[in-house]
Amino acid sequence: MTKKWTRKDLLGLRDLTREEIELLLETAKSFKEISLRPVKKVPALRGKTVANLFFEPSTRTRISFELAEKRLSADTINLVGSSSSVVKGESLIDTVRNIESLKVDIVVMRHSSSGAPHRLAPLLKASVINAGDGINEHPTQALLDMFTVREKKGKLAGLKISFIGDILHSRVARSNIWGLTKMGAKVTVCGPKTLLPPQIEKLGVSATTDLFEAVKDADVVNLLRIQLERQSESFFPSIREYANSYQIDREILKQAKPDVLIMHPGPVNRGVEITSDVVDGPYSVILDQVTHGLAVRMAVLYLLSGGGARGEEE
Amino acid sequence: MNLLIRKAHIVDPKNKIDQTLDLRIKNGHVAEIGKDLEASGEKVLEAKGFHLLPGLIDLHTHFREPGFEQKETIESGGRAALRGGFIGCVSMPNTDPACDHQSVIDNIIRKAREVPFHLFPAGALSKGREGKELSEMADLKRAGIWAVTDDGSWVPDSLLMRRAMEYASMLDLLVVSHCEDSRLSAKGVMNEGLMSTRLGLKGIPNESEEVAVARDIQLARLTGARLHLAHVSTEGSVQLIREAKERGLKVTAEVTPHHLALTDQDVEGYDTHRKMSPPLRTEKDREALVQGLKEGTIDCVATDHAPHTAEEKMLEFDEAPFGVIGLETALSVCLTELVHKKKMTLNEVVERMSLRPAQILKLQEGFGEILKGAEANVTLVDLDEEWVVSPDDFVSKSRNSCFIGRKLKGRVAATICMGKLWSYRKELKG
Repeated sequence: MTKKWTRKDLLGLRDLTREEIELLLETAKSFKEISLRPVKKVPALRGKTVANLFFEPSTRTRISFELAEKRLSADTINLVGSSSSVVKGESLIDTVRNIESLKVDIVVMRHSSSGAPHRLAPLLKASVINAGDGINEHPTQALLDMFTVREKKGKLAGLKISFIGDILHSRVARSNIWGLTKMGAKVTVCGPKTLLPPQIEKLGVSATTDLFEAVKDADVVNLLRIQLERQSESFFPSIREYANSYQIDREILKQAKPDVLIMHPGPVNRGVEITSDVVDGPYSVILDQVTHGLAVRMAVLYLLSGGGARGEEE
Repeated sequence: MNLLIRKAHIVDPKNKIDQTLDLRIKNGHVAEIGKDLEASGEKVLEAKGFHLLPGLIDLHTHFREPGFEQKETIESGGRAALRGGFIGCVSMPNTDPACDHQSVIDNIIRKAREVPFHLFPAGALSKGREGKELSEMADLKRAGIWAVTDDGSWVPDSLLMRRAMEYASMLDLLVVSHCEDSRLSAKGVMNEGLMSTRLGLKGIPNESEEVAVARDIQLARLTGARLHLAHVSTEGSVQLIREAKERGLKVTAEVTPHHLALTDQDVEGYDTHRKMSPPLRTEKDREALVQGLKEGTIDCVATDHAPHTAEEKMLEFDEAPFGVIGLETALSVCLTELVHKKKMTLNEVVERMSLRPAQILKLQEGFGEILKGAEANVTLVDLDEEWVVSPDDFVSKSRNSCFIGRKLKGRVAATICMGKLWSYRKELKG
């Protein structure tokens, strides 16, 4: 590999260059191969300690990171806290500094407040991996989405990739927008006007409230989970009306490219943003995403622990 | 106190003084203003190269006492004000207990006198600042309040606001409004726009303020009350106020130094010292605020000095409290951004930081000017001193300034307030 990884942290795709994203995706390729071996463990992070700090409930991301760490032979500790900033009256920085004093090498952090890892990272010696901060970024999810598209399509540049749903509150969409636009994809975001972030077009994407327009000739349709509480906040009148306007079913998919990919970060609300037959249908790569999540997170952990700098792995 | 200040450049917009003169203070009062005054045994300050201004007055501060003394006290806030050249401040009533009872006001005024410092307390507009029932404004006025407000919150109940304005106008009390429709703010933490989209933070639209400004202007028309709009932050608000003034309404407005100097671009990095209410807006809004202040649509500069502890500001961006301190940097920021950048003259800035605030509050003669016979309240400034704002230098109990690390040009060198000299430069110790 020509380019070396030089960053201490992975906070978001916003800060990364195209080359750095390439390096992450390339590194993930070799880790995907490891998961197919009969013995799935490598010693790349032996002797390293990773702390998984999830201050907001998470199942998928947490399990994916944990497994990635184990397959790299890292020692792991887990803290699952409340979404509140203060655990037992202790501030976030004190909590994390205490854990760092146990000589932790990498901190994987999920937090309900946007920017929380960005504020912590400069104060810590340990590397920080953002596993989702508020409505801001979820870089490893976007990387695994990009990895999946590249695997299936062989490229990202020039593809029409549409995100449907609650764009406003979606860290998945935001990270994907930063990453995909850098890789030359044509990104469209689609949802009711109440759920489109202000001036989103200025990030280099097309925005529409018309599902037909978003799906038309799309190479990839990435669905975002619609959260039921948004209804009580008057973002839309009812789940029923939302589904009528924005649900992806077999019919609307006829507008997309014949080899369209259907993606979803999970958990899926079957029958709301997507029909069951599409979830389980031939276009769906939702479970591949989960598999690739593991490879991508192994790659991130590996590079941040200094792996890329040493050249070949052990 | 007897003092002779020699060869200072006096700038007094009200009395149209803008030249190098001497000022004699006798028994804490202005005794003489003139050329080449002879010392008659009093202490002499050689102030050549300094500018002497009527003492600054700030219509918007939070001194946090009683209830939040860990953030600021009347003593520490008063000293911070003096360090910034202010000789008087309006203190906001969002204390604990709220300033909705005359005994709280009594206590505040007594503590200010010990500094000594001029405090012009604002009383709560509603009981407990809950926006439900009127506070006992007449009693509060007897105790010494100069304005009523529920600052920190808007009064969402339009009928209560109407009654408050009618009742306050009967007592000739200024009504100060923190214009923000909190439903529209929707738990936002910064300006809504491209930057909130980029940073993934929840936004507060300009209209959250403007909707409130528009309603309160109409109620001022209905009631004839003196309405003062606190910390105006948007281009749309400036336009609404401009129109209200053209209609001849008794509406005045203030802008903070941080809204004149910074924009939502400065929220990059999630620094909670850039989190305040209203939020930093766009460059277009900032330019409109500077223009509004210059043309007089916005009457004055007020700091919205809002101390918070380091622990609170260490929290995540969503969780940290809104607000920044401002007393010790306000004049320097205005000199740097407005005078040195030639947006406004020194005379205009002085007018908007001393005379206009005094007029809006209807303070007695002598405030906002240098008047023979009146108590001497003046500010001595070095227009050219360059300094970098450092957290260690604050007199305030709190350090939550949005200007830390910034280089400013112009700084207060001494303040004279209630017959006492506060010198911040060796050569001015006399």
